[in-house]
Amino acid sequence: MFEALLFYTFSALAVFAGAMVITRRNAASSAIALVASFFCLASMYAMLGAHFVAVIQILVYAGAIMVLFIFVIMVLNLREDNDPGWNLSPRAVLGAGVGGLVGLTVFVGASAARSMEFLPTDKLDPNFGTIEQIGYTLFSGRYLLPFEVVSALLTVAVVGAVVLAKKEL
Amino acid sequence: MEQVGLFPVLAVSAALFLLGVIGVLTRRNILIVLMSVELMLNAVNLSFVAFARHHGTLDGHVFAVFVMAVAAAEAGVGLALVILLYRNRHKVDLDDLNLLKG
Repeated sequence: MFEALLFYTFSALAVFAGAMVITRRNAASSAIALVASFFCLASMYAMLGAHFVAVIQILVYAGAIMVLFIFVIMVLNLREDNDPGWNLSPRAVLGAGVGGLVGLTVFVGASAARSMEFLPTDKLDPNFGTIEQIGYTLFSGRYLLPFEVVSALLTVAVVGAVVLAKKEL
Repeated sequence: MEQVGLFPVLAVSAALFLLGVIGVLTRRNILIVLMSVELMLNAVNLSFVAFARHHGTLDGHVFAVFVMAVAAAEAGVGLALVILLYRNRHKVDLDDLNLLKG
């Protein structure tokens, strides 16, 4: 009961903060709202037994990535008066409408799925979501190659960002 | 979480994804568009984690970690592009970038 109440509170907060992200004219306000949304999502991950993902969400997302965003907003000195505003052309509105319709269809399809229950807690592995178990899943077999590819991707991204943002090499 | 069930979690995920789509399509500030993309990636992560709990397997968590790594790479390169754009045009308006528009 208490857990359900917590879940609904945090999900309402997350959606509200998400709405704030796309409606604020000041980019800094959007960034702070996004951080709030990330924290609410981290709490939901923790409730779903994903302890490691919850910690990584706060460390990497709310910590590293959002600091990068806020740093760029600060460097460019973006304020409300140099925000370019909205693109409410018929095309964009139509695209958002069609996207919403597709989302609704997927949603109705998902609600018709047979079993919508979570696995009972007593049937769940007691080590579910711990760093040790994720480490075993990540490094034994199937996910080892994707993991190495991701490390190459991050290296390429770092080099790309330096090449793009530096005035002359 | 047994008394909540999978459906409300997926509903939150769908709502966040939809907000991200609306942000990407209707905002002209490139920084807010990038933040909307982050919002969509997070919505997908929530679905991954919810389905991992539903099936009792950890593959969803591994995918969530991969999505976060890709999001970090995307944010790094995207923000470098924003800085480059601002240096050349002194604006962050996406409607300025219409050279390839038909």
